[in-house]
Amino acid sequence: MDWTFTLETFISLVAAIPLTLQLAATSILLGAFLALGLALLRLSGVRVLDWFARFYVFVFRGTPLLVQIFLIYYGLSQFPAVRHTILWPILREPYWCAVIALTLNTAAYASEIIRGGLLSVPHGQIEAARACGMPRFMVFRRIVLPLALRQALPGYGNEMISMVKATSLASIITLMEVTGVAAKIISETYRAIEVFIVAGVIYLTINFLLTRLVHVVEYMLSPHLRAPRLQTPVQGESK
Amino acid sequence: MKYAILTLKALLLSALVFSSAAQAEGKKWTQITIATEGAFKPYNFTKPDGTLDGYEIELSKYLCDHMKVECKIVVQDFDGMIPALNAGKFDAIMSGMSATAKREQIIDFSQSYGSTGQAFATLKSSPLAGMEFKGEVFSLASNEAGAISALEELKPLLQGKTIGVQTASTGATFVEKYLKDVVEVREYKTTEQHDLDLAAGRVDLVMASMAYLTTSAAKPGNEEMTVAGPRFQGGFLGKGSSVGLRKNEPELKAMFDKAIDAAKADGTIKTLSQKWFGFDVTPL
Repeated sequence: MDWTFTLETFISLVAAIPLTLQLAATSILLGAFLALGLALLRLSGVRVLDWFARFYVFVFRGTPLLVQIFLIYYGLSQFPAVRHTILWPILREPYWCAVIALTLNTAAYASEIIRGGLLSVPHGQIEAARACGMPRFMVFRRIVLPLALRQALPGYGNEMISMVKATSLASIITLMEVTGVAAKIISETYRAIEVFIVAGVIYLTINFLLTRLVHVVEYMLSPHLRAPRLQTPVQGESK
Repeated sequence: MKYAILTLKALLLSALVFSSAAQAEGKKWTQITIATEGAFKPYNFTKPDGTLDGYEIELSKYLCDHMKVECKIVVQDFDGMIPALNAGKFDAIMSGMSATAKREQIIDFSQSYGSTGQAFATLKSSPLAGMEFKGEVFSLASNEAGAISALEELKPLLQGKTIGVQTASTGATFVEKYLKDVVEVREYKTTEQHDLDLAAGRVDLVMASMAYLTTSAAKPGNEEMTVAGPRFQGGFLGKGSSVGLRKNEPELKAMFDKAIDAAKADGTIKTLSQKWFGFDVTPL
């Protein structure tokens, strides 16, 4: 290992971290909303909506993300009709093409995770809420969703980690995120080992922090699993 | 007795070591694996039926016949080619690769078998299509000042434009060196990808090998593409396309050099370049 070169590489790659984080954060956030919508469609009981969501998940989970990125970036731009729509200023930019592809992809996986969470809410809890006179939406907001999130969190953490790693595919549509910069350095210096080690360490660090964050949220959401905190001592001297 | 057996064993062992060392010394090449990108027309490309064709594919057949070796051509991504060569995945690179000083630090090159230049291409409808110095050739080796002054004149027109280049290509180095302050650079894995984005209007112009651009513009679907402005060659753009080889194999280099000499002498390079490029690329 050549340490000066490794350090130089590290500095160049660190400069690319903001783009990686931006891609991951934007697509995870947008994907979460889309996923919740899809999960609700699946559970809506309306056959048309249910089948639409099933088909969506089937397509986006069944095809490689790489193919999806290629189709959205290079595929759509082939049609002059697309280039003349109001969407073109967005589809023209590699950044938004990557965000769209990552969002659509993560939504498919996450919707199944959320659906699993929603289905895991014990029926007794919902019945209790109804018995208290809560309207349907309030039951969903106060009882079902928080419990579902808690159940879905471990699986959702996995999905977030794979999204961070999936941003590396954005390098194929000219985006200079961590992997893009790494590939550029390798093709200029022909030194693959140092560069990939540094890139790997960067992804590992990002994902380590992410797992800690998910862990903290999980801790906060499950007070019922911890021993109750001791009450303040009783007044007076009691031994 | 025991001692004698041990001595015998030692003798046998050293004989084995010596004989294998002698073999490595005068390594006789009977089989050579050549790597090519398979997506760099007219140098090398994949035909619709999946087989390879192009200037280098035909030339390699001639060279291999001349060297009396059996050749196998494998397809490999351009940007990982040099590390893979050094890792021993194949023995030679013939993939439109220019012999640049930077690459020469890592691998050896045979003499050049084809020399074209770097040029710009844009869309016929673009204001850049009428760029000055059309068709003029500037050598960075003998006339760098002329090249720079021509670029200075073009800079007002290029200001703020986006240019597409292949990652780690000599075109990318050129743009980095001379045009970095006026244009935005986008790097692509393959030249075909920057052509797609040129057609889609995501980049205003591309820079690539003149030979590549002329064939690419002639492809169906690329009718809008046109070569524009001046052409550059020599200097850090390299001596021209050469066979890339590992550093420790001078015998192989000598074999390729001799075969290329023969191809130059009997006019094979001239005939093949007329066929594939439409002009003579024989290096002088």
